[in-house]
Order: sequence, then C-alpha cells, then structure tokens
Amino acid sequence: MTASAKAAPALSFARGVVSIAVLLLLWEVGARSKHWMTGELFAPLRAILQALGFKPHHLPLVGAAPPPSGVLRSWAAIVTDSGYWQSWAKSFLRVAAGFTAAMLVGIPFGLLLAVNRTAFGVAFPLFEVLRPIPPLAWVPASIIFWPTQELSISFVTFLGAFYTIVINVVGGAKAIDVRYFQAARAMGSSRWDVFRRIILPGTLPSIVVGAVVGMGITWEVVVAAEMISGGGSQIGGTGGGGLGFFIWNSYVGGSYEQIVVGMISIGIAGFISSELLRLLGRRVTPWLTPR
Amino acid sequence: MVDTALTGRAPAAAPVATAGKIVASGVSRSYGAGPDRKDVVRDCSFTVERGKMSVIIGPSGCGKSTLVRLLAGFERPTAGTLALDEAPITGPSRDRQVVFQESALFPWMTTYDNVVYGPRARGDRREATRALAEGLLEKVGLKDFRDKYPPQLSGGMQRRAELARALINDPKVMILDEPFRGLDALTKELMWDYCARLFEESRRTTLFITTDIDEAVFLADRILIMTNIPTRVRAVLEVELPRPRRLADVAASDHANDVKAEALSLLHEEAMKSFAHGSRAAADFVEAYARRSPR
Repeated sequence: MTASAKAAPALSFARGVVSIAVLLLLWEVGARSKHWMTGELFAPLRAILQALGFKPHHLPLVGAAPPPSGVLRSWAAIVTDSGYWQSWAKSFLRVAAGFTAAMLVGIPFGLLLAVNRTAFGVAFPLFEVLRPIPPLAWVPASIIFWPTQELSISFVTFLGAFYTIVINVVGGAKAIDVRYFQAARAMGSSRWDVFRRIILPGTLPSIVVGAVVGMGITWEVVVAAEMISGGGSQIGGTGGGGLGFFIWNSYVGGSYEQIVVGMISIGIAGFISSELLRLLGRRVTPWLTPR
Repeated sequence: MVDTALTGRAPAAAPVATAGKIVASGVSRSYGAGPDRKDVVRDCSFTVERGKMSVIIGPSGCGKSTLVRLLAGFERPTAGTLALDEAPITGPSRDRQVVFQESALFPWMTTYDNVVYGPRARGDRREATRALAEGLLEKVGLKDFRDKYPPQLSGGMQRRAELARALINDPKVMILDEPFRGLDALTKELMWDYCARLFEESRRTTLFITTDIDEAVFLADRILIMTNIPTRVRAVLEVELPRPRRLADVAASDHANDVKAEALSLLHEEAMKSFAHGSRAAADFVEAYARRSPR
C-alpha cells in the first residue's frame, strides 16, 4: 500500500470536517442576517427579495432558520431530558420492528419468487400492483386495520423496507450466473444443495444492498407516520411519539431550534443504522472485499 | 504427491485412460421455432477417443459452446444422439466436467472450498478427499492461495483453480471450453504447459475447445475442425508429436507447422463462407490470414 493510499482515510475525514464547518459557518452568518440586512448597503438586495415575495429584512431560507448556535443551545438543554431520548428509542424500536419484519418476510418471499415459476406467476403481478402505492398512503388504512397505533406505525414502516428488499432479492437471485448452476449440477449437487450453497450466497450481496436502501426508506416512513398519527396522545407523555412527533410537536409549539434538533437527530440515527448494516454486510460477504 | 505438473516430466509409464469415449451421431440443435428458428449445430457426427486430447477448433460464433452444453448434458439435442462409453448422455453428470470460458468459480467460496465443492455435494467428507484437494491445489500451484476468494486471484490462478475443481471429481472426460481465453500471451503459454502436464500425467480423455490454432496444435492429439454455423465437423487432423511436449519443441517441429498450415487454410475457407454471410468476426480473420505470409 502506498503512502497516499494510507493517508486517504484521514484526508477524506478532514474534507468531511471542512465541509460541515463551512456549512455551519454560512448557516450561522445567514441566520444572523436579520441584524445586518437592515444596512443601507443591502437596499438593492432587499428590493429584489421583496419582488420575489420573500421577507426583505433577512436572507431567504437560512435567514428564517434558527442559527446553529441557538440549535446547539437548545440541544444542550434537552440532552438531559428523558423525553428526548424516549423519542429516539421509540423511533428506533419502530424502525427495528418494521425493518426486521420486512427482512424476515421479504427475503424468503423474494427467494420463493426467484426459484419457483408458479409462485412468481401468482404473486408477482399482485406485488407489482401494490408496490407503487407509497407506504404513507397506507397510514389511514393501517390506523383503521391495526388494533394499536404502535402496530399501525410499524406496519407502514415494514412496507417501506419490504418492497425494496423483495425486489433486490428477486433481482439478485435471477442474476446469478447460469454456469454456477451448471457446474454445481455436473458435480452432483442436489436441489437443496444448490439452493443453500449457490442461490443463498449468490443473492447475499443483493440482500445487503436491499437492506441498506430499505433502512433509509424505513426512517423516511417512520418519521412521516409519526407526524401524521400524532404519536403521543395514546402512548402518553411527550416522549412517546418518536422523533417525527418530536419535530411536529416543536413546530406546533413554535420552538424552531428544536425542529432542527429533531431533524439532525434523525440524520444521525439514519446514518448510524445504515453504517451498522454496511458493517454487517461486509462481514457476511467477505469475498467482495478486495485484498 | 510428486509435483510433476510444475517442474518435472510426466512419469515414464503414463497411464492410459480406459474410459471416456464420446460418440456423437447426427447431432443437431436449433433454437426458436418457425421463421425465427436458428440451426446452430446440424447433423454433426464425431468421435472423441479415449485417453486422447481432442481439440475442437472453429470460427468464433460457429456453435462450439452449444456443442459443449450438449456434451455436458445441460441441453438436449433436437436430433441425433450423444453417448459416453455407449451410455446415452441425458443430463449433467460427474463423468463429464466442464471448465468454462472465463471463470465460473463460485465467488463466495475460497479456493479450497471451490475445489472440494463436488465431493461435499456428494456427502464425501473423508480425510483422504481433503488430502486429495490439498494435493491438487499444490499441483496447480495454488497451495498458498487456498483461503483466498476467486476475485482475489489472478486470471491464470482462477483457471487453474477451476481445473482443480473439475479434476477432483475424477471425470471420465474433461471438457474445456476456451478455458484460456482472455489471458495474456505469456500466461496463456504457462497454462498450456500446465494443461499438457496434467493430461500427460493422467491421460484422461480431454476435449478442448478453442479458436487459437497454436493452442490447438500444441495440445492436441487430434484436431476437429468445425464448419461455420450451423456447425459440424469439417475435417480431422492427427497431430503426431511425441509427449511430453515442450513449447520450444513444438514450435520447431515441421510436422506441427504443416498441421497448422492445413488447419489454417481449412479455417480460412470457413471464415470466407461466414464472411460472405456478413460476419464481422470472420472479416478480421480473413484479413489476418491474407497478411500472414504463407509458409
């Protein structure tokens, strides 16, 4: 390995730090534009903003947002609040429940569709009709169908990951080189042996991809479902609604700093879950790591 | 195990295979139906003799790989019969192992796990089989790479691992379908050497498919020259060169050059025919042949 290749991770980390720092700086300056936009110097800019329909006394978008320093203060204030961490735990549990169910149902279902022509013929058209329905469109129906709110949110979360996982499993299994099957059969493999030692490991990389993508969708869906369903009322307490409800509640309560705290929390939560999955994925597919 | 494949010459008293005679009679294979029907193999008859290295050579796209799938039993002929030692070929079997074009090693298994795939699939977990696998890995020079995954091996290593994976099943016939395609010239020559050594040691009936005339002449006892698509055997040339063979000896041999010239002129005729039918691959061959100064 060359020196430059060794330095690469440190360098790319430094680049990441720089980009985040620059973003925070621009955001801070922009958010404080309320104070300096009043100057005579900015009169033409104010005129342009007014013409476009923006409020003329601060920069659009960032000017309306709370500054990072304020967000940080607000975060520091609630970091010790158990309700905030309950929101984390609640969303994580819902994601975990929906995602695990999607894996447990989606992988066998996808494999069945891939290896059995009859199953594919029967189930795939139905699957393809249901798939374009966005998981969020299921929210009202699932609130009606499922006995508890918890189950209905988890069900919608499940749908978010399920379709992606199934599509990836079917695609991955069907893309396995036909010569692997031919070689295996010529060497005396039984059907079960082919399934266990060719189809399953051959589909594994696609399962990992489907899981990582599905996890991302799961977070999108859980947050939206929590916002729509309100979350807190049935479960009780401000922390019962999850991070989605946390954001919604902050909006209703007019705490703009907390909205941003909630958004960043979801970003971090999604990042942690995806990285964990990638780590796990690399472990189960060691042959894809070049050495 | 004596490492004859790597360095030494074949044992003086080479064993002679007692099995592996393939007879193809009137074999045809077509795809599609009605006006879209395409004949790939038509009325093809030939014999692969036991204990010999037979090389099938023909223009690219002539239907050689289809013939391989028929011989391996992955597909059935639309007409005619194929038999191995008088038993009709009806499906894949341990008796006929195929080494495919490019690598068909299982990427998710280490070199060793690939090699022992066949025995494990048949429930054979004996210590002797394990030792045999280790011996084969050593023989093809992959002892130090037994725990690597195929993507971590070079092209030449992948080919050798695949040879070992097929050989451990002790097939009556080895079918090698353009196994060294895509390797660079030097690696190719190294692989020819491996291939010749392995054959000379066991005299296992081998059918080798290629488009490379030098490869054919170096390896073959018999060369079957195929016609353009729909393919059948155009001519059979005997290569009467002593074994074990050395690249330098074969390059200097007048007989080898005569066989080469004859094979080339037959292939040229076939290429001209496919050229007339609009094949671009054939155009390259026709041009190359025209530039090659006749001996």
